[in-house]
Amino acid sequence: MSAEAPLGDAPVLERGIGRLGDRALGVVNALGEFGLLAWSSGLAAARGHFPWRSLVLQFEIVAVRSLPIVSITAFFTGMVLALQTAFALSRFGAKPYVGSIVSLAIVRELGPVLAALMVGARVGAGIASEIGSMTVTEQVEAIRAMGADPVQKLVVPRVLAATFALPMLTVFADFLGVLGGGIIADVQYGIAPHFYLQTVTTSVELTDVISGIAKTFVFGWIIAMVGCYFGLRTRGGTQGVGRATTSAVVVASIAVLVTDFFLTKLLMLVPTDLLISALVDRLS
Amino acid sequence: MSGVAPEASAVPAVECRELRKAFGGRPVLRGVSLRIREGETYTILGGSGSGKSVCLKHMIGLLRPDSGQVFVFGQEVSRLSERELVEVRKGFGMVFQGAALFDSLNVRENIAYPLREHWRADEDEIRRRVAECLEGVGLAGIEELLPSELSGGMRKRVGVARAIALQPRIILYDEPTTGLDPANSRRIGGLIRDLQRRLQVTSVVVTHDMPLCQDISDRVALLRGGRFVLEVGAEELRDLDHPELREFLEGSSDPTAPASHPGEEAGAAP
Repeated sequence: MSAEAPLGDAPVLERGIGRLGDRALGVVNALGEFGLLAWSSGLAAARGHFPWRSLVLQFEIVAVRSLPIVSITAFFTGMVLALQTAFALSRFGAKPYVGSIVSLAIVRELGPVLAALMVGARVGAGIASEIGSMTVTEQVEAIRAMGADPVQKLVVPRVLAATFALPMLTVFADFLGVLGGGIIADVQYGIAPHFYLQTVTTSVELTDVISGIAKTFVFGWIIAMVGCYFGLRTRGGTQGVGRATTSAVVVASIAVLVTDFFLTKLLMLVPTDLLISALVDRLS
Repeated sequence: MSGVAPEASAVPAVECRELRKAFGGRPVLRGVSLRIREGETYTILGGSGSGKSVCLKHMIGLLRPDSGQVFVFGQEVSRLSERELVEVRKGFGMVFQGAALFDSLNVRENIAYPLREHWRADEDEIRRRVAECLEGVGLAGIEELLPSELSGGMRKRVGVARAIALQPRIILYDEPTTGLDPANSRRIGGLIRDLQRRLQVTSVVVTHDMPLCQDISDRVALLRGGRFVLEVGAEELRDLDHPELREFLEGSSDPTAPASHPGEEAGAAP
């Protein structure tokens, strides 16, 4: 290889390629470890006998304590969205459609994703730093030494809590976002609340809500899983805990955004409306 | 010194054969072999980073050797799966260097942790056992305190109480006196001796604390450069003139020891 390259460049180039290769191997390695952790947590959850107490506790941490931050985010996003769309739509004389646009944007996309990002920042960081501290102070090893399984004790309750709490938070975020939009529409642009509500109910269908909520089960799982993964592989004292926390938030946020695109695409291919009407027929 | 080790069974409580372990290509253990008799207190001496904690963690299956074998009461544990190891670990109590108490749980729940995991007992029985264990380490009545409210010495003793909760046959102590003042160190030493006598357990102690070592041990091994360079009875240790031991006591650094503490990289793999 080096015989073909100009003499002066060869070592630098080789070193660069070598470093790139190391990085790539590191990423593949990490993905493998993550996959193994996900697999073993799935097995542990399927095996049953959950630690119910810590499941309830985690549910409180993820759901109840995230409620304020998710509410504020959704409410203000709904308001600013109404401001912006009404401003833009008024150029075409289409101001009355504010309700349609705000509600569709919130329910299909912004509610789920913003809730996920906020929970990712709050809960993902919390999980990574808590488990990371436990790892560096040998508490995780102590669990193993006492013949218990850290995956079952630490990972399963957190992942289950996040997977099922995030959809609930999203319902809440959807509601508050649409409400925030309605308030601005009324106060700022004089669109009567009942008219706003009417545009919302005629444009938002059940499939929109469900396709938005469905994604958040996956987001919740990703957030907790990534937090646990970085927590468990923490090395090097308090500094390591800081690094693990940062990595968890960054990776979880990016993973949520990337997954969101592909999931949205996928859900558009699935005839959700047909599935829903079939289900409704079955039930009635 | 703490009583005579009974010759009861020929099968050693713990046996390591030619253990080798490297972290990131850096060898820490280079062929460690030992036999620990049932009922004795066996101390592994060594400087920081000499691999003594790593050696201890192999005995309970927290680490797997790159090569070599570990036997516990004749059963090879170094090839067992994590699930099969659960049975083996029930027979062990381990006291961690920083006590490794769970910050989020109070003292009672910390000690009850292994009981809830492996005992089918009602709440009353668990409470009684926790109180018994706390009394055993001289800390009766502190069940409701959180680990953050305890002093260093108390944390260590709660760690010991948690380790004896399941009435193990073997107790592993990882640096039991590190970070403690001399009075507390002596108290821990007394506790280790007392437990050994009362519960008839086998104790394996990893330390660099020479007074503690002389206080509690039946036999002593010195780990340097990833190998045992010395194994003697505690009585012989006092007037032994051995070059490696002298170097260790005089604090000259282990030439082959890695710079950082290898235990840091030895954490639980997810």
